[in-house]
Parts: sequence; C-alpha cells; structure tokens
Amino acid sequence: MLSYLINGISLGSVYAIIALGYTMVYGIAKMLNFAHGDVIMIGGYMAFCSTSYLGWPVIPSVLFSIIVCTMLGIVIERLAYKPLRDASSLAVLITAIGVSYFLQNAALLIWSSNPKAFPNMVDLPNLVIGDIQISSVAIVTIIACIVIMTGLTLFTTRTRLGKAMRAVSEDKGAAQLMGINVNATISMTFAIGSGLAAIAGVLLCSAYPTLMPTTGAMPGIKAFTAAVFGGIGSIPGAMLGGILLGIIEIFAKAYISTQLSDAVVFAVLIIVLIVKPTGLLGKKMAEKV
Amino acid sequence: MKKRLLALLMAAAMVCSLTACGGTGAAAPADASGSEATAASSEGGSGSGSLTGTLKIGMIGPLTGAAALYGNAVNNGTQIAVDEINAISGDFKMEYQPEDDEHDAEKSVNAYNKLKDWKVQAIVGCVTTTPCVAVAAEGNNDRMFMLTPSASATSVTEQGDNIFQLCFSDPNQGSASAQYIKDNNLGSKIAIIYNNSDVYSTGIYQTFSTKASEVGLEVVSTTTFTDDTANDFSVQLTDAKDAGADLIFLPIYYTPASLILQQADSMGYKVPMFGVDGMDGILGLEGFDTKLAEGVMLLTPFSADAKDEKTVNFVKKYQDSFKEVPIQFAADGYDCPYAIYEALKYYADKNGGLDVTDKSNEEICNILISVFSDSNFSVDGITGEGMTWTANGEVNKAPKAVVIKDGVYVGL
Repeated sequence: MLSYLINGISLGSVYAIIALGYTMVYGIAKMLNFAHGDVIMIGGYMAFCSTSYLGWPVIPSVLFSIIVCTMLGIVIERLAYKPLRDASSLAVLITAIGVSYFLQNAALLIWSSNPKAFPNMVDLPNLVIGDIQISSVAIVTIIACIVIMTGLTLFTTRTRLGKAMRAVSEDKGAAQLMGINVNATISMTFAIGSGLAAIAGVLLCSAYPTLMPTTGAMPGIKAFTAAVFGGIGSIPGAMLGGILLGIIEIFAKAYISTQLSDAVVFAVLIIVLIVKPTGLLGKKMAEKV
Repeated sequence: MKKRLLALLMAAAMVCSLTACGGTGAAAPADASGSEATAASSEGGSGSGSLTGTLKIGMIGPLTGAAALYGNAVNNGTQIAVDEINAISGDFKMEYQPEDDEHDAEKSVNAYNKLKDWKVQAIVGCVTTTPCVAVAAEGNNDRMFMLTPSASATSVTEQGDNIFQLCFSDPNQGSASAQYIKDNNLGSKIAIIYNNSDVYSTGIYQTFSTKASEVGLEVVSTTTFTDDTANDFSVQLTDAKDAGADLIFLPIYYTPASLILQQADSMGYKVPMFGVDGMDGILGLEGFDTKLAEGVMLLTPFSADAKDEKTVNFVKKYQDSFKEVPIQFAADGYDCPYAIYEALKYYADKNGGLDVTDKSNEEICNILISVFSDSNFSVDGITGEGMTWTANGEVNKAPKAVVIKDGVYVGL
C-alpha cells in the first residue's frame, strides 16, 4: 500500500514537471503547446548526446540541454506561432500539432528510431526506509518540482517580467497600452517553458531510461491531462494534478486491473471536469465568447 | 529586420548543434549497416552438380526503426550465408537483396512489391510478425515462397501454404518455456508480465499458462501492460514480489524488458527472469548497462558460445565483419538461405537436375513447398540439428536456453 503510494508519487512527479511547462505556456500565452512533449524528447536526446558521445559530466550536459531547448522554444515560437498571433486559437493548436510531428520526424532522421538506453543522470543511492525503497530519481524529481513550482510562483508574482506576463495573460491589448512588449513577453514564456522541458526530459529519461523519438508523446498527453486536472494555467494546480494522476494510475493498476489503468485515469478526469470544469485549482472565469 | 536576423541566427545555431550531435551518433559502434561479409569459406567446394543457375532471394525486415536490431541481425546473418553458399555451390549462385520495412505492415508490402519488381524468386522474411502476416497474404496470392527467420505467430503460417517458419511458433515457445522451467527446476512460483496489446506476447502467455498448469508450475502473479503504458512497471514488480514469485516470465520484447530490469534493480528486487526470443537483443541496446541483465535466462535455439564447428565458424565470421556477438536472429537469418539451398539441392537430386535461372517465382514456390513439406527432408543448421517442417509451415527442433553471464550468453 505504502510502496504503491510512493511509486504513484514518483510517477506523478514526472507528470507534474512536464505539466508545469504546459500550464506555464497556457497560462500566459493562452495556447496549448502540443509540441511540449517533443521538446522534452529533444532535451533528452541533447543530454544523451552530450554525456554518451561527448563524455560530458552531468551538470554541463543538463545545462547544455536546457540552453538548446530554450533556444529551440524561442525559434519555434518565432517561426511557427508568432505569425499566428492574431489567428484563431484553433489555427495555433493545429500548428502546434504540426510542430510536434516535425520535431518527432526530425529526431527520427537524426537519431533513427533505434531506442537508446539513457544513462542514469541521478547517480545517488536510493533512500531505504524499512523495507521500502525510494529511488533517488524520484526524490530528485519531487525536489525539482517543488523548486520549480516555487520559483515560477515567485517569478510571476514578484518580478517585473513576471508581472508583465500575468498582465499579458489577463489582457493583451491593455498590457500593450501600458507599455509592455507583448511579443517579447510571450517569447520569454516559451523560453522558460522549453527550458523546463529540458529538465523534465532529463528526469523523465532518468526514471524510464529508453529514449526514442516518440518518448515525449505519451507522457506529454498524460501531463496535459494532469494540467487540465489541476486547473490549466494554475502553477500549483499542475503540480497537484500531476501527482494525483500518478497516484491514481498506480492505484488503478494495483487494485483494479493493469489492463484498465488508463481508462480509470481518464474516467476520473471526466468526472472532475463535470463537477469542476476549470479543474481542481483552476480559477473561475467568465469566458468572453 | 533585426529580429528576423536573430531568429535566423538561432535557427542556424540549433541546426548546427543538432547535426553535430547526429554526426557523432552515426559514428557510434552500434550502427551495424556495413553488410559486406568476407566470403572466405573454409568449407570445400562440394556443390551438387545438378543444381545450376542464379536464384534471386530477397529479405524483408526492419533495418531501421524500433525493431531494427532484429532486422539488421537477420540481414547480416543471411548475407554471410549467401556469401558462403556462393563460394561452395559451383554453378549455382544466389543473388541477395534486403529491403527495409521499419516493422510496419504497410511499408513491408511496399518492400515486397519492390522485390517483385526486382524479379525475386524466394523471400527470407519478414523478420517481425505483424508485417509478415501482411506480406504472407500477398505472397500467397502471387505464389511466392517465404521462409521467415523469426516471425513466430501462428497467424503467419495461417496465411497460406507458401510460408514456412525457421523459428519456433509462439505456442511452441510458450509451452517449451514452461516445460524447460519445470524440467530444469528454475522456479516453482512464477510471475508473468506480458504486453496485452501485442499478439506475440499474448500468444506466448496463453500457451505458457496452459502448459504451466499441466506440468504443475504455480503462476502466482499475472500482470499486463500496453504499448502506451510501457513506462512504469513498479506495480507489476511489486505484485510479483508480494506474491513471492521465485521467477518472472517475460514473454515480451527487449525494450520494455530493459525497463523492467532497471526498475527491479532500483526497487532492490532480485529475482531470476526468463524471457523468450523477443528478449534477445537486450545486450545490443545502445547505452544499456549489461550488468542489469546479469542472470537473465532466455529460451533460444542458438547460443553463440556453442562449441560445434558450424557455430564457431559463424560466430567468428560475424564478429570479424560486424564487431559484435551474433544474436539468435542473426543465426536464424544464417540458416534460412541454407535451408532454401538444401531444399533446391534435394529437389535437383531427386529429379535429375534443376536450373533455377528464369524459373518463375511460382515454379520455385511449388518446388520448395513440396520439399519443405516432405518429412524426409531435414536441415542441420546452427539453430537446430535435423530441423523438419510440417505441411502447415511450423518447424520441429529442440529448444535450448541460455543465461546472460558477464554480458554474454552462456548455454544453460
């Protein structure tokens, strides 16, 4: 029972860290960046290449991966999303799916689809309490989640740039009139979101060490679910949603059926959304139609 | 304008970093595409005088993609065998053409059509089950003889009389595993983790559990996963641990198996694991820590450390050409051209000669079907002595198992 709970939290923390990136971009730019899962995959490959082929130690290769993903995020935003700033949100959504496929196929060309075993980036001993083992990757992931969540919350509430982001998310037009550079702010959001994706990529691949061009796809969808579950746009909501999703998934596997676990996860999501359409921690808002 | 320039610069930097990485990736040793085997055969030139002509054989398998390890291994093995046959067979020659199907049924049919344009007369393949079912159906319409080295589902041979298997069929693998575990006392409380979204895995699981109850093995835990949930195995492993399993049976492919091994290790759960031919290849996974696979057993008709002359010769050639120890798929691939060659010789001997040049694929197909279904016809290969075939295409040979010790297979 306790060990299932711990497994659930470690799986959930991986979802949470991916969901943070989703929710961050959605909260500010009001768009679903479906390519987020694939930026994670690129982050994983960057870390893999720098450690396995170039022999770099862990910290520089993680930094390298963050830098590459941040730049990739900015480039994607400039080339694919910025021209559509005034287009309907459906057009942006479709473009995001296009970017997602583009990244997957680019990775397929560069690294082929032979799976690669990811080196363990978190080479620390596991925590043993009684006969329960908690893997070090899970602990590092949870700590990273909390640090990132706190950091992001502080950033958006305390700093000028963060306040600018929130202003943009409230009302783009008004923010622009107040002298905020809306385009720069949105680019910044993508840069931060993609940098987080790199960290998520490294942690995801350390926890589940097979790296393929489709590695980011399924966790991306699950994390998106987690973000919706917790209330998309809400930073603590993403964390809560991710952890809960992980726990529900593991418990569904353990106590209901390994065959039905995904069905249970999504059934819970549907029920939550019927009862509370904005998610667990989502704020109520009157949507202008 | 300035911003556009900046964007371009960043795009350029991105592309550079990607290609730099890709470049080193391609140079990594796991890339086994150099398929030129040296045809220095030590065997004497004793070919049958009555078999002449040039036979075009094709091969279809995943040379890239998630199952590329299997396809490349088969391709390498087949290439070595073709080169050897060409060196010893006198007036008979084989022309060999491999095609990639990426383990995808549609692409496999395209690959098959490409081979047909090349006027292929017989096919080694397909390597994996799902594509093989699709191509075998096409092949049956065209009367194309197919000998699959490794597609083990019964749905493969059900496609028609034109398709034969060189490997055990799935039901045989499942029941042979159960029998082997019982006979060698490897465990009595068995846990099974299988992929219920996969025909191969489910098929083996079913025959294994039937046979297990027959021979008195107790199955204490049965858990599943799907292609979409093949990430986290903590529940499955905890279930097996709590049930007190002393052996975990894994009728699955090596990619999820590598995750299971890694997660069992991080849970501190030590238990023997027993896999089937899908487990083969785990040691070739790029970046995989082979220490995790220490002690893993798998049912396979081939072990690279066998001491018989044929195996030693094959392993040496394979290592010289491809710098790695051949897996079972390579051996399966190696036996296929020999089986076809032996069958044609058998026919030529009985019918006073055979010239295969310009024979249509239908004529070759009928000849090979008649020989393979003949119970007097048997082949001694490196994956089994005295292999015979039933008329519906299944092979009969004795199962063997190997265990992984210090990163290599050792016969049990």
